[in-house]
Amino acid sequence: MSTIVEIMTKKEWPIWEVFIRSKNGLEHRHAGSLHAADAEMALENARDVYTRRQEGVSLWVVESKHIVASNPSENGEMFEPAADKAYRHPTFYVLPDELKHM
Amino acid sequence: MELDINKLEVDFQARIDAGENIEPKNWMPEKYRKTHIRQISQHAHSEIVGMLPEGNWITRAPNLRRKVGLLAKVQDEAGHGLYLYSAAETLGISRDELFDQLHTGKAKYSSIFNYPTLSWADIGAIGWLVDGAAIINQVMLTRTSYGPYARAMVRICKEESFHQRQGYEMMLTLCNGTPAQKAMAQDALNRFWWPSIMMFGPRDEESPHTEQAMKWKIKRKTNDELRQQFVDNTVPQAELLGLTVPDPNLKWNEERGSYDFGPIDWDEFWQVVKGNGRCNKERLGARVKAWEEGEWVRDAAIAYSEKKGNKKEAKKAS
Repeated sequence: MSTIVEIMTKKEWPIWEVFIRSKNGLEHRHAGSLHAADAEMALENARDVYTRRQEGVSLWVVESKHIVASNPSENGEMFEPAADKAYRHPTFYVLPDELKHM
Repeated sequence: MELDINKLEVDFQARIDAGENIEPKNWMPEKYRKTHIRQISQHAHSEIVGMLPEGNWITRAPNLRRKVGLLAKVQDEAGHGLYLYSAAETLGISRDELFDQLHTGKAKYSSIFNYPTLSWADIGAIGWLVDGAAIINQVMLTRTSYGPYARAMVRICKEESFHQRQGYEMMLTLCNGTPAQKAMAQDALNRFWWPSIMMFGPRDEESPHTEQAMKWKIKRKTNDELRQQFVDNTVPQAELLGLTVPDPNLKWNEERGSYDFGPIDWDEFWQVVKGNGRCNKERLGARVKAWEEGEWVRDAAIAYSEKKGNKKEAKKAS
């Protein structure tokens, strides 16, 4: 069901974000982005562009439009709850030096 | 509203001064955004156009070792273009717009790529000198204030060092070869020395944007500082090859701890920037041709993915 407008507007390949987990890595890390027409092409292009030097054993690609990000201008409010909770850190707890294995 | 902008600008400069990165969703002055779109995209265009003078010699590499090295380097340059286009796109401009700017001459690319590669030795000279100059600039830019640009530089720098080593190894082979091979290497150095020096741009006094670029930490060192670093690094490398740098005024300055070097032909620089270099038309022509002749591929890929999508929808519905 294409309208005249759809036919006349050239469709750009969408942007995908690429995440790679390295051989010794524990998690996927953001490597960069690329344009591809579909998921299969995105995966193959990610392999070609971001793993030329055996950077990874696992690839994830996600269309950029599906990523939801926090708003940096709201960082203050967003991350405020953790700011005054030093008791979540091991160093908050006072224990004698002679104590071992803790 | 006036007051808000002033506060935003003050906060923005404070972030820069504190050494924090600016990320895509942060507020930024319009000039900062536009400057980055121009600088990052021109850097990206340079990588892609830079594939052309080297691509010219892939089919004529003298042996397999040289051929695979050159192929890998040219592949890397495509990848570098991608990282940079991606960084530029975070600033609110599409890939299609960026290509349109290149193809219509609205955006520039590094002038060095408007010089021809006349002999195999040029490939060695380019890897040694052109990538060498690029590395100096790019290492500096790993500390640039705009996050996506800095991260692209980190990735690029990791890959770039093999480029320079590959070029220098070629020069070494030629200089340790027959007199004809050594002469070919010397000739390549003679033609690429000054254009490589010019890669760092106009002198600081003639560079009106430098002050603002330093204030916003877009640049961390000036054109002349980087240029001096390049000369100081490279002259001993030429001596190791037994080649002569084509500058009769080149002289070690004990007091400065640096090399003094001769005057740069700024007429040539501006002529090439304006479009009158040896290969300007050829380079741009090649890019436009690739884009236009590849249109059916881009369209077919979209059509195919939509067709697959429709088939999937139909299957779900049935």
